[in-house]
Amino acid sequence: MKPFLDLTIGFARTGVTGYGGGPSTIPLIEYEAVKKYKWMTEDEFGQTLALANTLPGPIATKMAAYIGYKVKGSLGALVAIVAHILPSLIGMVGMLGILYKYRSSPFVSGMVAGVTPIIGLMLLEMAYKFADKARKGLGFPIMLALSGISLVVLQFLNVHPGVMIGACLVGAFSIATFRNRKKAAPDSEVERKEESI
Amino acid sequence: MIYWDIFWAFFISNLLGYGGGPSTIPFVQNEVVNRYEWMTLHEFGDLLAIANVLPGPIATKMGGFIGYQVGGIPGMLIALAATILPSAIAVIILFKFVNLFKDSQHVKLLTGSVQPVIAILLGVLAYQFFITAFETSGIVHLLILTAAGWLLLYKIKVHPALIILCALGYGGVFLS
Repeated sequence: MKPFLDLTIGFARTGVTGYGGGPSTIPLIEYEAVKKYKWMTEDEFGQTLALANTLPGPIATKMAAYIGYKVKGSLGALVAIVAHILPSLIGMVGMLGILYKYRSSPFVSGMVAGVTPIIGLMLLEMAYKFADKARKGLGFPIMLALSGISLVVLQFLNVHPGVMIGACLVGAFSIATFRNRKKAAPDSEVERKEESI
Repeated sequence: MIYWDIFWAFFISNLLGYGGGPSTIPFVQNEVVNRYEWMTLHEFGDLLAIANVLPGPIATKMGGFIGYQVGGIPGMLIALAATILPSAIAVIILFKFVNLFKDSQHVKLLTGSVQPVIAILLGVLAYQFFITAFETSGIVHLLILTAAGWLLLYKIKVHPALIILCALGYGGVFLS
């Protein structure tokens, strides 16, 4: 029972203390998994995170699933996920229930109007963060070109974002494969040396 | 079949979002507001505001609540399953083939190529919220809230939840 209890407490704690969505809870999860409960080493955690990032979808639940699975199998994964999401979900239903009940009152509609610019601001900041990450990863010209293409394709041609994402992934995958092959052919010796270090 | 729609909406939007829950927000919005028309953009904004007041992962808060609103408790469970399970199962399976994916060059380029798209989607969404605010509250309140919010959030670094609560209070008093 103890491992399940630990999983529940560890993931409930990270679920209620992490603000700003899954990615911001990663350091908290690392603290519980590596330092407190020692479910894995720091290196393992880093590797898990890297791998989880290759997959789409929310990151915190992917981490919870894998760590829970590692500790106690499928049931452990389920326990970790539920403990992580349930407290905030209950809070969400409760708060919105109250808000919706009084939605016709001018006070509540005023509250909603007041928060709208703040949401705009936060979305803008998230947009900036993604653009900045892209700039660091791809370089400024490519980031700008891809952003420009996305803007035209998504906003003016009204293509479903999924098509655009798919096209980007296929393009990136082909480029990475092509580069690897080119690199692997002449300097395979160098690479092997690097790996052994 | 409403449950199938719920499953599909959240499955697709979480399949497209690279980089954690926040990156799925524009895709969820696209499915929920534009495609299935379960709510208006305005209502979606309210949800996002409340979700940002509360801690914890954002994608499950949004998915759970929208699923609940559209299809009751079963709807909530289906939305949550569609949000969490595909990627959770995939990450466990993927670990068994970990060596195949160690090549970080591929991964870096894959995530990198998607980031500008997500940035644009979020930017457009932000623009729509500013326009809504302009239409409902007028330019003066919009400027006050945006300027104060920006200062407090990014310069003074006050906790975001606190700022949302302040904005709710400001709106309740001055915009009602």
